Amino acid sequence: MSQKKQEKLIDENGVRLDGRKVNELRPLKIEVGVLGNADGSAYIEMGKNKILAAVYGPREVHPKHLALPDRALLRCRYHMAPFSVQERKSPAPSRREMELSKVIREALEPSVFIEYYPRTSIDLFIEVLQADGGTRCAGITVASLALADAGIPMRDLVAACAAGKVEGQIVLDLTDVEDKGGEADMPLAFMPNANAITLLQMDGMLTEEEFEQTISLAVEGCKQVYQLQKEALKAKYMAAKDVVKEEATEE
Amino acid sequence: MTASIMAARIKQKRIAQLIAHGKRLDERGPNDHRQIQIETGLIERAEGSARVRLGKTEVLVGIKIEVGEPFLDVPNEGVLTVNAELVPLASPTFEAGPPDENSIELARIVDRGIRESKAIDLGSLCVEPGKKVFVVFVDIYVLNHDGNLIDASALASLAALLNTKMFNYDVKEGEIKIKPGYTPLPLRNHPIAVTFAKINDKLIADPWLEEEQIMDARLTMTVDKDGKICALQKGGYGYFTTQQVFEATKIAVEKAEELRKLVVKE
Amino acid sequence: MPVFYERRQLVTPGDLLAENDYMTGENTYRENGKIYATRVGLVDYEERRVSVVALKAFYLPMVGDTIIGKVIEVGMSGWTIDIRAPYLAMLRASDALERPFRPQKDDLPSIFDVGDLVIAKIVAYDRTRDPLLTILEPSLGKITRGQMVEVTPTKIPRVIGKKGSMITMLKQETGCQITIGQNGLVLVSGKTPEDERLALMAIRKIEQEAHKSGLTDRVAEMIRREKGEKEVVENVTKETGKTD
Repeated sequence: MSQKKQEKLIDENGVRLDGRKVNELRPLKIEVGVLGNADGSAYIEMGKNKILAAVYGPREVHPKHLALPDRALLRCRYHMAPFSVQERKSPAPSRREMELSKVIREALEPSVFIEYYPRTSIDLFIEVLQADGGTRCAGITVASLALADAGIPMRDLVAACAAGKVEGQIVLDLTDVEDKGGEADMPLAFMPNANAITLLQMDGMLTEEEFEQTISLAVEGCKQVYQLQKEALKAKYMAAKDVVKEEATEE
Repeated sequence: MTASIMAARIKQKRIAQLIAHGKRLDERGPNDHRQIQIETGLIERAEGSARVRLGKTEVLVGIKIEVGEPFLDVPNEGVLTVNAELVPLASPTFEAGPPDENSIELARIVDRGIRESKAIDLGSLCVEPGKKVFVVFVDIYVLNHDGNLIDASALASLAALLNTKMFNYDVKEGEIKIKPGYTPLPLRNHPIAVTFAKINDKLIADPWLEEEQIMDARLTMTVDKDGKICALQKGGYGYFTTQQVFEATKIAVEKAEELRKLVVKE
Repeated sequence: MPVFYERRQLVTPGDLLAENDYMTGENTYRENGKIYATRVGLVDYEERRVSVVALKAFYLPMVGDTIIGKVIEVGMSGWTIDIRAPYLAMLRASDALERPFRPQKDDLPSIFDVGDLVIAKIVAYDRTRDPLLTILEPSLGKITRGQMVEVTPTKIPRVIGKKGSMITMLKQETGCQITIGQNGLVLVSGKTPEDERLALMAIRKIEQEAHKSGLTDRVAEMIRREKGEKEVVENVTKETGKTD
């Protein structure tokens, strides 16, 4: 049996395979308002992840019997395109996609004023066009912006980021390779104003101390993502901002 | 936000009236396609990919190549399979779920164009006759529906195939060993689909959403690089006269040549 | 009483706008004595109230509003109308007929059919039921001609203008009848398609530049310029004897 040399995920200088340091986020590119039909939409590239989110609603619920008398029904569909992963994935929803749809919905619901729109549904669609680890986090980040782009009143944006343990070190924002080869992966979603963690999952093994370090690092990552979300949202409405500057100088 | 994508009656009447006079609401000529934008290679995980914007209609196609088994009746050939998803985010009328008749028809029209024009040499995708072949998956992902998904999907599929690179490999003892490097997937033909709608007895090319809503019928012609028709599909409840079909053929061959130049760089 | 932004600055959901002594206005909420924005928009501090003028918001029905809607379903005793809101609206047959509805005799599709546009008023709406419409007033009913344009509902007041100054100007300059739906739809009906085109162009400009000052005059000028250019072109073609 031939021994295959395992490439190290983190080298002796603390540099990862993609050149990052252990506490660095992957490069993020976000665009708000990208689809014509949806009420709100946004697109994100986080490293090699490419994810599109769209919102329809608030609108009448179909089927009617699902309508809630005192609030909007938030529905979420997380789905991966067949060409998004190394081995082609069947378009039919997998059990993983169904679980992620649920936890993503639960991560975003606290941020939306659903009580303002009884008997309606707010339908969220997250499409992963290309995946490289951390898709549920990038999905939450972009879905939150799609909700804001739809003009749905929110308490705060929700930012998400994962942290974990790879080759004994606590790292931020794991890629697919690092997730598969590492000791633990912990996706986390955060609403900064309320200091609230709205998504928290983990697979792997961590001591209590490592656990605290990982959570702190993930929250730090979320705060960085949050700033980028705000910038992307403002960039879309920048024309209005320039007008404001004009008026200020006229007065 | 709107519960229904159907245009109001008075608008539908206006569109029909304009077309009767050879004009269109967006000021296009009857044979003009909307503005087209093509981008390739956006999904690195896929062996090939392309995104087409036809007006506001947006379609993304990803190509994956995997090892699989051949069909029993053609043991020496690779497999082509085309799948289309009308993703719910593309329109308030698309629902999540298994493919409905519209997405199946869309996939099959695009499939026919590629297959009948023999664009891919399926024989070259055979690794071990009867046992191992390469399967080419063409996955059509509709991202925004503003009419004429067929032409947009066919164009994106062709662009994606032209963008496709296959890993190099050796076959040792029946096993596929991947070598470094990539080779572009060889394409022998470049099929282009051109769709017409019949409204007020006039033919218009590339109907947008509101024109599609009032059309009597639609006709899609897929033309290969030599100007031969390799696939045909009539859709909708109405009909076309033979005269109209011939008229459409002439226009389709011309338009296909124009559209092909956008995708195929010599 | 600290505030954290300047007037008319762009804010996003979750931005902290003020603390304690301020009152919450539109598109804001209070939590633990702090006031935050709920939508993307421009923050405004008026006396002791902080509010956000939303740049993107959908229409929420209000009793008394005049709206433009599209019939999407003919039911057993009335019509379902799409008013571009989270809720579908209902118009009862008895309202349209001005008398009780007789199922055997009254043919509903002949009054309004799917695809028809109507101008109506909202007479009832609360958290427990969909908005109810009426067309009993003289200016209400089926729309039979004209073109429609969609405007972000938050900018409708700008299309009307202070004391109706903008809409009056538009009607004068284009010679069109202009009907405004509070739900973000504006109907323009003129003597010629060209007049309608001018009005639509003007309304789009108003939507884009809603918060600039002196807008009424600039839009009026733009319309006059467009009309003037068209006349010049027509005169030239008359002179050269060419027909359009």
